[in-house]
Amino acid sequence: MRPVRTGPRGPAVAVRRRTVRGRPVLRRATRHRLAADVALLVAAVAFAIPLAWLVLASLDPHATLRVGLPAPPTLDNFSAVLTDEITFTPMLNSLLICGGATLLTVVCAALAGYPLSRYRSRFSRPYLLTVLFATCLPITAVMVPVYGLFVRVDLIDTRYGTALFMAAAQLPFAIWLMKNFMDGVPKALEEAAWTDGASWWQTLRRIILPLMGPGCGVVAIYTFIMMWGNFFVPFMLLLSPDRLPASVSIFTFFGNYGAVAFGELAAFSILYSTPVILLYILVSRRLGGGFALGGAVKG
Amino acid sequence: MNRHPLRWSPLAPATVLLLLFLAGPIGYCGYLAFTDTQLTGQQSASFVGLANFRHAFADPAFRNAVVLTLVFTVVSSLLGQNTLGLALAGLMRRASRPVRTLTGAVVITAWVLPEIVAGFLLYTFFERRGTLNALLAWLHLPTQDWLFTLPILAVSFANVWRGTAFSMLVYSAALSEIPQEVAESAAVDGAGGLRRLWHITLPMIRRSIGTNLMLNTLQTLSVFGLIWAITRGGPGNRSQTLPVFMYDQAFLKSLIGYGTAVALLLLVVGALFSAVYLRLLREDT
Repeated sequence: MRPVRTGPRGPAVAVRRRTVRGRPVLRRATRHRLAADVALLVAAVAFAIPLAWLVLASLDPHATLRVGLPAPPTLDNFSAVLTDEITFTPMLNSLLICGGATLLTVVCAALAGYPLSRYRSRFSRPYLLTVLFATCLPITAVMVPVYGLFVRVDLIDTRYGTALFMAAAQLPFAIWLMKNFMDGVPKALEEAAWTDGASWWQTLRRIILPLMGPGCGVVAIYTFIMMWGNFFVPFMLLLSPDRLPASVSIFTFFGNYGAVAFGELAAFSILYSTPVILLYILVSRRLGGGFALGGAVKG
Repeated sequence: MNRHPLRWSPLAPATVLLLLFLAGPIGYCGYLAFTDTQLTGQQSASFVGLANFRHAFADPAFRNAVVLTLVFTVVSSLLGQNTLGLALAGLMRRASRPVRTLTGAVVITAWVLPEIVAGFLLYTFFERRGTLNALLAWLHLPTQDWLFTLPILAVSFANVWRGTAFSMLVYSAALSEIPQEVAESAAVDGAGGLRRLWHITLPMIRRSIGTNLMLNTLQTLSVFGLIWAITRGGPGNRSQTLPVFMYDQAFLKSLIGYGTAVALLLLVVGALFSAVYLRLLREDT
């Protein structure tokens, strides 16, 4: 906790206003703030250049690879990509795969989080440590055997198979987050319910879940964002063009059309990125920026 | 408390899913890596012992991938994301509010964008006809075809662009927990900025540094889409890190057994880092 400051600030800060050749010297704190402002603005511009390209190129009918002002800006690129084949089918696929997988992840994680958060036994700690260990494994490395398994059990090139794997891959982190959120819900209410003879299912559904609605929302949105942006899993497990989600279809767009229409590609990128940016804003408002770190870093 | 034996049953769905789709493939990975399975051609694979691993360590392409993975990890995660994230977090504590909000928004947007969009954006940035060269020409500096001359550095910078927000958020949280008095009294005692950083700030956030480095490294070890979108591992194999090499061997060259052996090595390295990370966390509690 930050200590409460009492009284006026110390002598190091209370610098009297002096002048050099009649001009007031800036206070030290002000000078530091200006230096920090300038340094941060430089960094912000450096980070913003590729983003600026994205926005400007999407409005530019003659977009090239470099940043340039569109003259005149039009929405032609957007109307050109808003077709079934380019935008609606891949976005619908993304929604089906990621939405289904998110639902599965959140339900499984909420169920699993309950006993892990509520019961003490020699079983729960190893389970949690295994889960935490799994959150760190490089999932990329598992994709070759997953492909092999999916070919054998005939799940390859199915959207539900892809969703099942995505759910499993995201589940460890979701369980960990969910358990931490549940730890924050006080136990007293449930104990009352238990004495009245309620089962775990009634307690979970009637008492815990309503209390941790925001927590579940955060887990769901975070899971969805991670899946929406995932490229490698659907790239490996799906083959038919009409089943590909936007993360992969954008790539075939880029790779296969001889002369790439950069403006259209930028427009599609914006359409594809908008949902996750909006969802991120929704969550970060509620939990202040580093929501994703609550589970991972603080333990 | 409710002692019913069924009280653990809510764990079942998650456990089944994890066993079938995560533990299963990892186990299968351990098996495939010791066989000569191929994507096409022969139907029955036979057990070849350590041959895949011996082949890997003797294979110049594999060693090239290991070196590139090291370069990619050190440049983008240790030096880039970690240091830049700390610098941004430190500067933000001094900067004025609008600048802080603006910089935070831009850096975090780069992080939230889907991987393939980020890759595509940085492709246009580094491409011969792209923005970087346009800027350099405008400043009368020499231009070059970055994706041809320095592909691994280009993808490393791409990863810095995309991943710095995470470190920035971790360090913002860590720095905000340092009591203000400590820094102020050191300043009164006449300690300069660098000495304060080295002797006070860094020791006080060392746990965050440890966990952040660990998570950044693990994240960077498994980057595939970003590199695939920018260079596809090329030109030649000059930006082919281990995940790209694994994909290339297993699918483009159809050597599933060999590709899986590479994947297993990647998993083992990841598992070692995860174990260290768990130790760090345990010391915390």
